[in-house]
Amino acid sequence: MRYSGFRVIKEALMGHSGWKPIWRTPDPQAHYDYIIIGGGGHGLATAYYLAKEFKQKRIAVLEKGWIGGGNVGRNTTIIRSNYLLDGNEPFYEFSLKLWEGLEQDFNYNAMVSQRGILNLIHTDAQRDAFIRRGNAMILNGSDAEMLTTAQIKKRYPFLNTHDARFPIKGGLAQRRGGTVRHDAVAWGYARGADSRGVDIIQNCEVTGFRIENGKCLGVETSLGFIGATKVGCAVAGSSGRLMSKANMRLPIESHVLQAFVSEGLKPIMPGVVTFGAGHFYCSQSDKGGLVFGGDIDGYNSYAQRGNLPVVEDVCEGGMAIFPALGRARILRMWGGIMDMSMDGSPIIDKTHIDGLYFNGGWCYGGFKATPASGFCFAHLLTNDAPHPKAAAYRFNRFEKGLMIDEKGMGNQPNLH
Amino acid sequence: MNQVNRLKGGQIDRSVTHRFKFDGKTFEGHQGDTLASALLANGVRLMGRSFKYHRPRGVLTAGSEEPNALVELRNGARQEPNSRATTIELFDGLLAKSQNRLGPLKYDLLAINDRFSNFLTAGFYYKTFMWPAAFWEKVYEPIIRRAAGLGSLSQLDDPDVYDKGFLHCDLLVIGAGPAGLAAALTAGRSGAEVILADEDFRMGGRLNCESLTLDDQSAPAWADDVVAELKSLPNVRVMHRTTIIGAFDHGIYGAVERISDHLIVPDLGKPRQILWRIYTKRTILATGAIERPIAFENNDRPGIMLASAIRTYANRFAVAANKKIVIFTNNDDGHRTAKDLHAMGVEVCGVIDVRADAPRSLDYEVLHGQVVDTKGRLGLNQVKIRLENGNIRSLDCGALGVSGGWNPNVHLTCHQRGRPTWRDDIAAFVPGVDLPLGMSVAGAASGIMSTTGALQSGTDAACAALSAIGIKSRAITIPQTEDAPVSIQPFWYVKGCRRAWIDLQNDVTVKDIQLSHQEGFRAVEHLKRYTTLGMATDQGKTSNMGGLAIMAELAGTSIPKAGTTIFRPPYTPTAIGVFAGRHRGQDFHPKRLTPSHKWAKEQGAAFVEVGNWMRAQWFPLAGETKWRESVDREVLAVRTSVGVCDVTTLGKIDVQGAEAAEFLNKIYCNGFAKLAVGKCRYGLMLREDGIAKDDGTAARLANDHFVVTTTTANALPVYRHMEFVRQCLFPDMDVQLISTTESWAQYAVAGPNSRALLQKIIDPFTDLSNDAFPFMSCANVTVCGGLRARLFRISFSGELAYELAVPTAYGDALIRKIIAVGAEFNVTPYGTEALGVLRIEKGHAAGNELNGTTTAQNLGMGKLVSKTKDSIGSILSERAALTAPGTLCQVGIKPLNPADPVIAGAHLMNEKGPIDAAHDQGYVTSACFSPNLGHAIAIGFLKDGDLRFGEKMRLVSPLTGIETKIEIVSAHFIDPQGERLRA
Amino acid sequence: MIINHPLLGPRDSAEFIYLGDANLIDRPNWQAPTAAKDFYEYAYLRDNPAGWHDELWFHEAGDRSWLVVTRNTLTHEISNVALARDVARLRGRSK
Repeated sequence: MRYSGFRVIKEALMGHSGWKPIWRTPDPQAHYDYIIIGGGGHGLATAYYLAKEFKQKRIAVLEKGWIGGGNVGRNTTIIRSNYLLDGNEPFYEFSLKLWEGLEQDFNYNAMVSQRGILNLIHTDAQRDAFIRRGNAMILNGSDAEMLTTAQIKKRYPFLNTHDARFPIKGGLAQRRGGTVRHDAVAWGYARGADSRGVDIIQNCEVTGFRIENGKCLGVETSLGFIGATKVGCAVAGSSGRLMSKANMRLPIESHVLQAFVSEGLKPIMPGVVTFGAGHFYCSQSDKGGLVFGGDIDGYNSYAQRGNLPVVEDVCEGGMAIFPALGRARILRMWGGIMDMSMDGSPIIDKTHIDGLYFNGGWCYGGFKATPASGFCFAHLLTNDAPHPKAAAYRFNRFEKGLMIDEKGMGNQPNLH
Repeated sequence: MNQVNRLKGGQIDRSVTHRFKFDGKTFEGHQGDTLASALLANGVRLMGRSFKYHRPRGVLTAGSEEPNALVELRNGARQEPNSRATTIELFDGLLAKSQNRLGPLKYDLLAINDRFSNFLTAGFYYKTFMWPAAFWEKVYEPIIRRAAGLGSLSQLDDPDVYDKGFLHCDLLVIGAGPAGLAAALTAGRSGAEVILADEDFRMGGRLNCESLTLDDQSAPAWADDVVAELKSLPNVRVMHRTTIIGAFDHGIYGAVERISDHLIVPDLGKPRQILWRIYTKRTILATGAIERPIAFENNDRPGIMLASAIRTYANRFAVAANKKIVIFTNNDDGHRTAKDLHAMGVEVCGVIDVRADAPRSLDYEVLHGQVVDTKGRLGLNQVKIRLENGNIRSLDCGALGVSGGWNPNVHLTCHQRGRPTWRDDIAAFVPGVDLPLGMSVAGAASGIMSTTGALQSGTDAACAALSAIGIKSRAITIPQTEDAPVSIQPFWYVKGCRRAWIDLQNDVTVKDIQLSHQEGFRAVEHLKRYTTLGMATDQGKTSNMGGLAIMAELAGTSIPKAGTTIFRPPYTPTAIGVFAGRHRGQDFHPKRLTPSHKWAKEQGAAFVEVGNWMRAQWFPLAGETKWRESVDREVLAVRTSVGVCDVTTLGKIDVQGAEAAEFLNKIYCNGFAKLAVGKCRYGLMLREDGIAKDDGTAARLANDHFVVTTTTANALPVYRHMEFVRQCLFPDMDVQLISTTESWAQYAVAGPNSRALLQKIIDPFTDLSNDAFPFMSCANVTVCGGLRARLFRISFSGELAYELAVPTAYGDALIRKIIAVGAEFNVTPYGTEALGVLRIEKGHAAGNELNGTTTAQNLGMGKLVSKTKDSIGSILSERAALTAPGTLCQVGIKPLNPADPVIAGAHLMNEKGPIDAAHDQGYVTSACFSPNLGHAIAIGFLKDGDLRFGEKMRLVSPLTGIETKIEIVSAHFIDPQGERLRA
Repeated sequence: MIINHPLLGPRDSAEFIYLGDANLIDRPNWQAPTAAKDFYEYAYLRDNPAGWHDELWFHEAGDRSWLVVTRNTLTHEISNVALARDVARLRGRSK
């Protein structure tokens, strides 16, 4: 069923009787060409592109709970491609371009809103680093601009330019950055994949891999064994837990990241702003909630919840830069499990086990990567060779010394 | 028309009258009122508009779960959007405005949305607004955004202050209703340290809202007595207006105490609110239950309220919700409201009960049936009832009390991912078994709905909790009071309705839930996200249960099988300011001042933030108007005579012990074992992954004593790392570490005249001659006639230079002394900018170069990494890609045209060829104007840079519109042979 | 969270800085023929268990001792806290 304004009107007049489930509820088949483990954004996007772009068939997505219930359902919805390093920037720019055409591509309004993202600058060294980054973005074909404090003040009059411990000295902006209605991304991909024959199987937990002679033959699940020629894992924060079932140790730790939404407010925050001297970033949703976050709690966790010190730290950052925020209220805080990698960059690669492929290590930046991650993972699954835009995201980069370390923090995941 | 609905009795103080304004109109109420009760007393039912359809909204509840009656409280910088009228304590001069409207509240122009509601169903926006693509940001979204949101935030700085504090106790009791009071009293009498917290300004919970007696006392009077006794106990802290917002790990609770929200402005010196972290051994959750509505056609009109709220307004606030009231219920509790209203002289026009066996009354009509429609555009005036026999009846009324049963308030039991479990007998979820550590649940929160049961479970829970931590206690004697069983027939919505609201704020109707089911959004979380059910400011407290029940029915399954939703903190929306406390403005982070700060300020220095430090950036002289003038002068002074700079902020770590040298061999990639006493050495520290971590010098003051310096930024991480190496990797090494960064004031004295200057300060028996104290020497010395000091002959500037350290207490005196005795050399204080220029002129790496991705080889120090010893990072520094040809190497950069700018962050491109990422050759890390050379210079990283000296290239910064022709040179711009520093 | 320091008693976790898996104590022998691989695995690969986890915390705002905390990553419950130096010795580290 194609969605359109016309269709909405027609259905309204017909008593909404024509709307169909946007995905089927199939029983698993005995064998698939491709099984994607993880019905989050990346897994669903992978299945979608496998079917749509790479014309593959017999594809299933296995999800232990309900689709879209992982980090795609609990993030701060930001898209951007303001990366520094050559291993990253082309990939994220590819992703941003996919975002730009996504809704028309999958015929679902995910409210991709290019409201712009602004990274505030507070020190000279930060300015130097952001100039280097902005140049890298432009040299990679993306967009970036430097804003003066006066320009920033004009767009964000409520920012603290009068009493700041760390004064704003400018900002690096990317106009094409913005936000997306995160749940709709999962649903749009699911709908697009389902309509192309992908079986989306919810409440189907993978409990093990069947591996014989170094080859993965399929997965054991809560619904029984399901055979597959190729198995792709895209389970983000659960990567360590899942891949340990294939006796793999990963360059990844799972950490909790908290995020926050305020009560609905009339529009105040036009784009996305990140504070450069503390842990705080913020945007405002179309519904009116200020969506904000900061740093990870910093300890390994699978608990999907965090603790007060980080809540306070984030709000301190918020008040430092946005002192009107004090009278807005936090409506809800939540935690997601982040697959924090050893250099802060992801992995999209084959494993040493034949037929078993891995996608993970997204740290807390996986949402914006969703389209490109799905596309490149689908490419890898189809062709057994990495997509050129994701060519750097290999397991062996650590052994070779090819780290892609944007923050320069080294092999300590909680610092990325 | 003053307080037309005011009744007799209640717990308000009629002797205190407050005047307040709502939407510009002045009203009166009394001390003890909420804004909601005062408005109702004055006959005001319309208080707001719903989110999507802008339907008229009145108050639904009498508590913090209120979804409808949200207002903008106060004005100006203190404006608080989305404030619940039901929890705003009335004060004199209170100002409130209705919100989410275009035009007056009565004639909200956006109510047009309601006309199109059939098109604006759940998730309609996912299906449209896609064409043309560019229209989303330009047309559709701006319209949606303008309409979105509820109240508005002022753009002004929050003028109030917030505090934070810590509390510790044996037992935290959350909620001061019957169960909480019984628990607190039990524990208080036992001598345990108890905290009793309640969000309300009046303790007692439902006891304040009922017409019950406990023994021979009225319920509120009994509560008052208990609270009075608790307050008299030194071991009990009674916290009014205190919301426990979250249950965190290990028995830590977040609590917000509203100190001043009931005042027009906070008293002088008082915070608005306090965020408490409560550390408790045991917790009793006694948060009661929340009544739930029933969905029926047009069930959202102002005047339609929870029956318990109508009872609360009558009993506690002495307010009749209206002169004529109807009740619609599926359980006995609805009848209790009718009884109380009748007893207070309010006309009960009828009680409609869905049950055939409903209790009868002589005082009012009880009808077996269902409410099928209502009338009244801005306020209810009639309800339409379908009786069991199919007949339709209409009743005129101005308020309808709805009771769909009670949901135990399990919110805090879910904060650690605990899931509630279903109980058929009360048709509600109760707390599950996986409660937060140390928590037990009592009273209605646990599903025990009678007053007697609540009291008993409260005292029992306290005894059990205290016994578990070894405190003896005795159950209190439970007064004689109500002990009715729960009688309920689950009933969620009236069948056949066209528009029946489940989530009143977000305008989620039964039909939206049906559509959600039809479209496959059947999991509870999908339902929530697709319809926005439960996403309103009450977070589903009044709506989730109804939505869940309907979804279960549609799916043909039971409610517990359909799933549960869990609650996340905070319990109620919480001001962001209180989480920040005083950490804002200049107090966001502490300021670390150097020992020369006071002196530097006297000199008129410009300061700059370096981490939390404030460092002098430059020292302008009279007549200097541009920073460059000052910096150039300072740089030239160092190169030609002598300058002094406070370098106290560098990290200083004392390393002592018989194996101190072996230890340094581990943490530095270069060797230290053979460093002679009295000598310093540059040390490069790698991370275990082989990347440069930090650099500094290590000075050997004695065989078993080194002083190590770190960069300012890394003082703490390096110390932490060294302790890791010492304690975790080499636990038996005889070495001790201590950070002494702030114990020593340290000054760099640099320039050709630095020796001559220091000879006037350092006591004469220290021979400073080049032979006796050559480059890289160090010594314990005395200055100014006996003050102990440390002297290092090290140079960041490339000049003959020293660093002199004295105990911090003498830092101020020393800088003044240096300036005084240096007058004959025109000693010049210099700041961080000149420091930067001097080091760039010498090609010394600093923070911009040690950026966490550079190796020793990148820095031109590859040979420094010893292969003959074990040191952190040496093995992984040898990985193939880190040593392969084409790696970046530090170089110097100068413009071909001396007038051209060179900026840090620019990229390096070959002289010819495309300018893009594929042809990127490197980047500039640090740049400055060199007053010695008369042009800009820079250092940066270039692929194979050490082989490319003399090459012409382009320096590009498309971001800032710069493209400059440059030449690659050695980074040692000044004195490449190092003759000056050895002079 | 509260960390029960073996010498100093219960302390708020805010006094501590987290590092990671306590296996970071088991630094490989730099002279082993497999040193390159050993150090890669040591520095980069993690068990990352969903459950009990021995991990290193530094008492930065306290006595500056490194601790090995045994904590459940699913519930955050802490079952044991030891001085890392003692653990390191038990695991055979010396100088």
